[in-house]
Amino acid sequence: MSGAPLSRACAAVLRRDLVLAWRRRGDLAMPVLYALIVATLFPFALGPEDALLQRIAGGVVLVTVLLAMLLALDGMFRSDLEDGSLEQLVLSPQPLAPLLGMKILAHWLATALPLIVVAPLLAGMLHLPAAVLPALLLALLLATPLLSLLGAVLVALTAGTRRSGMLLALMLLPLCVPVVIFAAGAVAAAQQGLPWSAPVAWLGAGLALALVLAPLACAVALRIALDA
Amino acid sequence: MANWIPLWVHKLGSPPIFYRFAGAVRPWALALAALLGAVALYGGLVLAPQDRYQHDAYRIIFIHVPCAWMSLFIYGAMAVASFVALVWRVKLAEVVAMESAPIGAAFTFVTLVTGSLWGKPMWGTWWTWDARLTSELVLLFLYLGVIGLYHAFEDRRQGARAAAFLALIGIVNVPIVHFSVNWWNTLHQGSTVRILGPSKISGDMLWPLLTMMVATKCYYLASLCGRVRADLLELEGGKDWVRRIAEAEERA
Amino acid sequence: MNGFFAMGGYAAYVWPAYAVFLLVLAADFLSPALRRRRILRELRARLARQARRQRAPAPGSLPSER
Repeated sequence: MSGAPLSRACAAVLRRDLVLAWRRRGDLAMPVLYALIVATLFPFALGPEDALLQRIAGGVVLVTVLLAMLLALDGMFRSDLEDGSLEQLVLSPQPLAPLLGMKILAHWLATALPLIVVAPLLAGMLHLPAAVLPALLLALLLATPLLSLLGAVLVALTAGTRRSGMLLALMLLPLCVPVVIFAAGAVAAAQQGLPWSAPVAWLGAGLALALVLAPLACAVALRIALDA
Repeated sequence: MANWIPLWVHKLGSPPIFYRFAGAVRPWALALAALLGAVALYGGLVLAPQDRYQHDAYRIIFIHVPCAWMSLFIYGAMAVASFVALVWRVKLAEVVAMESAPIGAAFTFVTLVTGSLWGKPMWGTWWTWDARLTSELVLLFLYLGVIGLYHAFEDRRQGARAAAFLALIGIVNVPIVHFSVNWWNTLHQGSTVRILGPSKISGDMLWPLLTMMVATKCYYLASLCGRVRADLLELEGGKDWVRRIAEAEERA
Repeated sequence: MNGFFAMGGYAAYVWPAYAVFLLVLAADFLSPALRRRRILRELRARLARQARRQRAPAPGSLPSER
């Protein structure tokens, strides 16, 4: 078992996934486009009054980003599963959890980061006050990796099944309720001029916990889903 | 497995022996559930006095509270069976966990429906985003997720193990959801809701409630036995003992 | 007796609640019985097919299904 040291293996997995994501840049734009479409539809459905849009802007941006992430989540392991490289990863001499952590990181960089970049634009379209923007961005920076980590566990569980899109949403809903509550809570508190550090701290605590536990759970789930 | 576990536990884990055992337990559990349920319904609907504040609408409590309790109890039972299934790979534990899920989902559904039927006259609304109600709804989604994942796999045992893992994730999630919704509710200053109203529950109301709780437990046992038996027949379809049952049933 | 069914004016809420309770549990209880009958019927059909094939293994017959 004298493979390459773990850090080099991790770097290789990360580099490979990022290169693959870059080669398919068109796919990367899809979640961003989806988020833009959803955010555009809201004013049409609710009317263009500033006050109403301001009130719901934070929540709409958060839910839109969440749905866009859910759309991309399905493909996290799909191509690796189809070409068999996921089995290779499971069989490699390195511990599986950190390697999967790298894959989740690459997926977050490729899908969630562009969404965070366009989030100020979405917020601006809905007239969110500029003073609330730091709270929104911080909440998104903590909530999106949390969602990626939680989602990765569920995607790994469904790796052995064929139809998983709607099932994934059903399974993710209970897990993302607390994330949405705290992220939206931070934004709402900032909007009302209240201190918003407490919900952000809860999100951070959740993220720290998920950073340690989710890759391990993901590895267990993948082993369950792949052994036939 | 460890030596300290008595032999009969191992024996009971074998499908044909458990099949016979469950067949023997089922009628008794069902009879007990029906008897206690009838007594509790009579006590709750006829004997118990009218509540001073809620009048007769409070009589929904006699099924609502036992169902709510069962929805959590069955999730706990499912999680324990899932843990056993994942750690020791006991086939029977997988079956018990997966067959508990539909029963738990049924109880959760009844809890939600009876809860809103009670809430309409009492709070004036079918639904409120109270921590308890929201957690119950999330619990229903957890049950549906487990059932859906189980059926998404072609291989039954693999599906059972994946769904068992999801059940274990869920049991960590339920307290977190409850806590976060509580926090959210206080942030939004929602209407505070007292489940049992201003009146204290009296003895004539308490005993039908407790009897119904025992009755639903017995019902769960009976329903689980029936479901596990059917599932074992399907899983062990090629084995001799199942063939003998099929042939015996044909002659009968 | 009429007073009992009226439930003090709350009949529209109390009786549907009990109806849902009983109906859901009845459905939950009957479904495994139906499934058990279906499983055993299919199993018997499979056994009968196997028995027929063993008795008369016609040359050039269809390959075994499963």
